[in-house]
Amino acid sequence: MASVAHSAPETHAPDEVVHPLIAPGNSYKSITEKISNVILSGKTPRVWFFWFGIAFLFVNILGLSATVLLLIGTGIWGITIPIGWGFAIINFVWWIGIGHAGTLISAVLLLLNQKWRTSINRFAETMTIFAVMCAGMFPLLHTGRPWLAAYWLMPYPSTMGVWPQFRSPLIWDVFAVSTYLTISAVFWIVGLIPDFAALRERATSRFGKVTYGMLAMGWRGSARHWHHYEIAYLLLAGLSTPLVVSVHSIVSFDFAVSVIPGWHTTIFPPYFVAGAIYAGFAMVLTLGIPMRKVWKLEDFITMRHIDCMAKVMLATGLFVAYGYGMEAFMGYYSANTYEGFMMINRMTGPYWWSYWSLIFFNVLIPQLLWFRSIRANIPALFWISMSINIGMWLERFVIVVTSLHRDFLPSSWGMYYPTVWDWGLFAGTIGFFLFMMLLFIRVAPIISIAEVRGLFAETRHGHGKKHGAEEVAA
Amino acid sequence: MSTHQTTTSSLHGMMAEFASAEELLDAARRTRGAGYRNVDAYSPFPVHGMDEALALPKSPVPLFVLIGALAGTALGFGLEYWVSVIEYPIMVGGKPFFSWPAFVPVAYETTILLGGLTAAISMLMINGLPMPYHPVFNVERFSHAMTDRFFLCIEATDPKFNREETKKFLEGLHPYQVSEVEE
Repeated sequence: MASVAHSAPETHAPDEVVHPLIAPGNSYKSITEKISNVILSGKTPRVWFFWFGIAFLFVNILGLSATVLLLIGTGIWGITIPIGWGFAIINFVWWIGIGHAGTLISAVLLLLNQKWRTSINRFAETMTIFAVMCAGMFPLLHTGRPWLAAYWLMPYPSTMGVWPQFRSPLIWDVFAVSTYLTISAVFWIVGLIPDFAALRERATSRFGKVTYGMLAMGWRGSARHWHHYEIAYLLLAGLSTPLVVSVHSIVSFDFAVSVIPGWHTTIFPPYFVAGAIYAGFAMVLTLGIPMRKVWKLEDFITMRHIDCMAKVMLATGLFVAYGYGMEAFMGYYSANTYEGFMMINRMTGPYWWSYWSLIFFNVLIPQLLWFRSIRANIPALFWISMSINIGMWLERFVIVVTSLHRDFLPSSWGMYYPTVWDWGLFAGTIGFFLFMMLLFIRVAPIISIAEVRGLFAETRHGHGKKHGAEEVAA
Repeated sequence: MSTHQTTTSSLHGMMAEFASAEELLDAARRTRGAGYRNVDAYSPFPVHGMDEALALPKSPVPLFVLIGALAGTALGFGLEYWVSVIEYPIMVGGKPFFSWPAFVPVAYETTILLGGLTAAISMLMINGLPMPYHPVFNVERFSHAMTDRFFLCIEATDPKFNREETKKFLEGLHPYQVSEVEE
């Protein structure tokens, strides 16, 4: 009988060679234990409480900013004419973009059979859901009276007899974002069912057993169940893939369908989607690097995962840089006065600092990722991903603010100054995001146990037993 | 669960435990080869080749998803047409009421929405989940099926099922242990 706890492969891959996807020396049992112990061991790292406290403080700032907004109105924000879209839209696009990496990792990489997705997909999907929640708050609060948004946004037979305008990209956005949230949540829940079953069996408290038992819905790992489950999961991935591309394309239509110079451009959909993936991977690294360290998940999120993510960031970063270049080129080549002026104004106008910091954070710094030594340097990667988070936020700031503040008529030019409430709401959603992520880590497996076991089985048996772990890496 | 005397009628089946996915797969093939039909395998992750080993019929989930997705397209597009042309037509810049290119994004999203919901819901319904009780959980070691052990169950409803002979057959597969599964 083959031993379940299979011994580690004897040879270690040298640093120059690719690292394995699952560290050597693991077994089905150790995988299950190491991942579920994050929740069930009862030992919560002190650093968790520290960040949870900070996040909770910011959740309160979010509550306060939203309450004041609802009591007084959007006048407390810095938005004015001509800059009617300020932080609300900048933050909305930024958060939606961050969410996109989750779907990309869980769906697109599944279809492409990229095995390195397995131990980071749950974490990234969770990020997607909370990031989309943060994103959704902004347009709703931007309406000023979210309780009326129901009949502005959703098609339902109200007594007023009014219906949404389906020719408007803003309504497309409502459908895209709500579908995105729903399908991401469904995908995530379906993926969690077998893991809840594992937790149900391992939980020691009565409360844990009952709660995970209900969440697992009686999952028993039957071959007949897996048969339908796998195909449903694959189909969900197949449906999520066009969805993720459509969501940020539609978000870009909010801009591109208008006639404002700097917005009215056909490059927006692909450039927004690439930017979204770029921002999303940066956030996965920003949160993933501390997480794997604190909860000692280095066995599953190995240097190989980190290297792959860095390469994806480099590639999508180049798409984005191409987008910036093309915008500048079209300003010149279109020979359109307004386009040309918009571009010169972006680079040398009152908001020049935002454009050049964007280029610095989003284009220059990430070029460090070309170097293998940087991609293997955890602190460097953390700071590069932080730089991309800032850069992507600045990108949306540049697009929204610099395009609006000087349009066709000099008499209608203006400036935009965000107020303390703008900042409060923005910082509040970052706190909310962190708060939800920290809570999730405590209640559900942050790495898909069932999928890592499946990957482990494949590496052990698919390619001969001896060098299993290396084979996956190859 | 119950401690009363187990007869064949109160048995759900006979269950054998294995240590690896290959052993389970091999056992499933041999069980099927021996003429057993009502057989199920339990594993902590999907075992490749098990569908063929147990000769599971093709899953109907893809068909349901196709129907759900097409229904989504029809509903989304129908809603837009009805709102924009019949119920609440608004003239904007002389554009036609039935401006179908502008209706594509929403119909696209509703296609994915209903397709995805159908995938999840049909999978759960076909599998009979949520299921609050199932006899296999009566086997004490079955909880390991969620961690690192592999189980094969020949169900009592199988025409060839016979308490003694089935037990003997399963023992011939060299499992870790064979146990009776009470209803």
